Amino acid sequence: MVELTIDGAAVTVADDATILDACKRAGVETPTLCYLETLTPVNACRVCVVELQGSRVLVPACARRAESGMVVQTDTPRVRTSRKVVLEFLASSVDLSTAPDAQRYCERYGADPLRYGAAPQTVAQPVKIDNALYVRDYAKCILCYKCVEACGTDAQNTFAIAVAGRGFDAHISTEYDVPLPDSACVYCGNCIGVCPTGALMFSSEHELRERGEWDEQMQTQTDTICSYCGVGCTLTLHVQHNEIVKVTSPIENSVTSGHLCVKGRFGYQYVQNRPEDGSS
Amino acid sequence: MDLHFTSAKASLEERAAIDAAALPFDSAAGKPAQDDRASETTQRDLLLPVLHAVQDRFGWISPGALNYVGERLRVAPADVYGVATFYAALSTTPKPKQFVHVCDDIACIGESEALISSLQHLGTAIERSPCLGRCDRAPASLGPDEAWVPARVGGTELRLLRRCAGGVDPESLDEYRAHGGITALEKALELGPEGVIAEVVASNLLGRGGAAFPTGRKMQAVANAPALPHYLICNADESEPGTFKDRVLMEEDPFAIVEAMTIAGFATGCEKAYIYIRAEYPVAAARIANAIAQARTAGLLGENVMGRGVRFDIEVRRGAGAYICGEETALFNSIEGKRGEPRSKPPFPVQAGLFGKPTQVNNVETLANLPLIVLEGGESYARVGTPQSTGTRLFCLSGAVALPGVYEVPHGTTLGALIELAGGVRGHRLQAILLGGAAGTFVAPGAMSMPLTFEDARTTGTTLGSGVVMLFDETADMMAILQRIARFFADESCGQCVPCRIGTVRQAEALQKRDFGLLDEIGAVMRDASICGLGQTAANAIASAGTNLKLW
Repeated sequence: MVELTIDGAAVTVADDATILDACKRAGVETPTLCYLETLTPVNACRVCVVELQGSRVLVPACARRAESGMVVQTDTPRVRTSRKVVLEFLASSVDLSTAPDAQRYCERYGADPLRYGAAPQTVAQPVKIDNALYVRDYAKCILCYKCVEACGTDAQNTFAIAVAGRGFDAHISTEYDVPLPDSACVYCGNCIGVCPTGALMFSSEHELRERGEWDEQMQTQTDTICSYCGVGCTLTLHVQHNEIVKVTSPIENSVTSGHLCVKGRFGYQYVQNRPEDGSS
Repeated sequence: MDLHFTSAKASLEERAAIDAAALPFDSAAGKPAQDDRASETTQRDLLLPVLHAVQDRFGWISPGALNYVGERLRVAPADVYGVATFYAALSTTPKPKQFVHVCDDIACIGESEALISSLQHLGTAIERSPCLGRCDRAPASLGPDEAWVPARVGGTELRLLRRCAGGVDPESLDEYRAHGGITALEKALELGPEGVIAEVVASNLLGRGGAAFPTGRKMQAVANAPALPHYLICNADESEPGTFKDRVLMEEDPFAIVEAMTIAGFATGCEKAYIYIRAEYPVAAARIANAIAQARTAGLLGENVMGRGVRFDIEVRRGAGAYICGEETALFNSIEGKRGEPRSKPPFPVQAGLFGKPTQVNNVETLANLPLIVLEGGESYARVGTPQSTGTRLFCLSGAVALPGVYEVPHGTTLGALIELAGGVRGHRLQAILLGGAAGTFVAPGAMSMPLTFEDARTTGTTLGSGVVMLFDETADMMAILQRIARFFADESCGQCVPCRIGTVRQAEALQKRDFGLLDEIGAVMRDASICGLGQTAANAIASAGTNLKLW
């Protein structure tokens, strides 16, 4: 066990715990965007940075192992400024309209993206629609690397996408940006499952949003077990107006860890095949 | 690994070039190993050399060639594409096989436009480039038929530059031996690993790449690391704008670097070493490769170094146009065939570096000190310079100075005395001096009495960095220089972390708008929240122009 101090309070955590785990134990809410408990931390977004006594710079809570005797501060002016400015950098260059967590953090830290001027450089670009199942709207991408990790060794081992380019031009891409049907993509949709900003989205959700008909208030979520094979994955069916509009799996589910295959994720149409007359 | 490829196929020529480059190097045999295409394991660490081979031969990496590279090395094509698009020297669209790089970076900025127009007038294909490490010949260019010119070297105490200044043939091992070479390696083998490290610790040598970490402590940590194997890397990715000392050492005294690496490898228990040389230094790479080959033939490298049962060999790796790969953990990823993105520290390289193993990384100049330390003893070495900044130091003088070049002086020499060695200020009245490169600090002309030591740099809030001393006279447009520095960092950011990827762009925008309050805040956050030294120092020079030059 490791004993450390978070905002003045002594906390004891397991040997392999991170500062983020210790913050949770201490009841301190820490913003994260690129972190997910099922993926290897890449600590790229830097919104979780904290002040560690003895460290010249701030450290990422999500990736830094907790060590005995660490003294961590999570709400100093340095921490607040860094979190605020990092969120402003994102909000001034990326469309966060479908990223509720990021929006909430922006509000919490008083981020003001408008102070970067009338025409800051952005990642605005057209939506990629090249298959029937999901769309990729990289104008909403914060480059958290989660989709790459889920497509790669952290879940699917398909390696259809990677980060390409460098600096502000860095972006998620297939080889030569070929359309998904030409790539290695197997449409498991695990990239959609981990995307924190809605850059990756079910076509059904995208179309409803385009028509202004996406309405989460009107949706129900029903857990069931996938009927395709014997693994027994838990599916959460998101239903709006008696139509399945999206399928997810709970991240804490011991069978799936939130991941599914193409059948569980997208093969739901047979459930709602109805007679021509509309009766069910 | 079950990989999926598009239908694009490589031409026969492309396949042949890739096959030839895709053979791993066999240190024992001193040549490429047998074809092991039947193996199922990935050979990702060969990715950069193979992509270089395709780029050099065909001028770009076609979709067919990229597929074949992935198939051959068993790397997913999306990953190969991610790597190929990371490096400025690799292209995934056709471009001229031959063109001239013209530097439009801060040392050359005033004169590069005229050179570019004249080359374009002649119909030469050109590509603008960040610092080419030839600031002594501004405006610098690098073309396929470039004639090699020795750099001007000077100083008050020529220890590292002794052979460079003496005109010793850099391509002859016999000449090197006739001028005192290899005697340090002999003595090191007598002293044993612990004896060598004890001398380095006693010398109080601090790293010359910019971070000034005690070299002896690093060596102790690697030597004592339980995990095996250990790796040694000579960081020759010298890309800090204004820096060209390591190029001069490699071009003019390459055997010294090979000897120094052998000493370092022996002391830290490394059998395999890499020297990672930036793409823009073809002469340095050729001379180092020649020195390695001759040393191997003479039994100074290989299975049985000097007949003493020590195994050690060196592989040359070429960078591909990425400043960030000089950051040690980015350098590991680059050698491993990944994008040159820095890793989070801890773990530190001495614990888990290249291929996850304990790794000793040293700058070229740092290593070049080892033979001196071994020969004369650490205590004697430490009598040169000041107690806290021992030994001599190479400084790269460029810009508005009469005799640009590399100058070697003992630590403690004043900035003014160093500039006098280089013939003093050229042109009009001096306006500013940049110390330490784009990641360094500007000082005003009043700083001439500052002694050049690590401790004085610390107390004055400046840095010696990689030894850059670049002068700007009053005709220089300092705001344009600052804009170029801002653009340099935006171009060279790897893009991994938000503070640097977006911060470097916002910094350039704020500078353009003269919003200095915002500029300060952006700089503070880049410094505090970026993953690596690039983002953490990207605002330093610009901020110092406000505080030290009173530009705002």
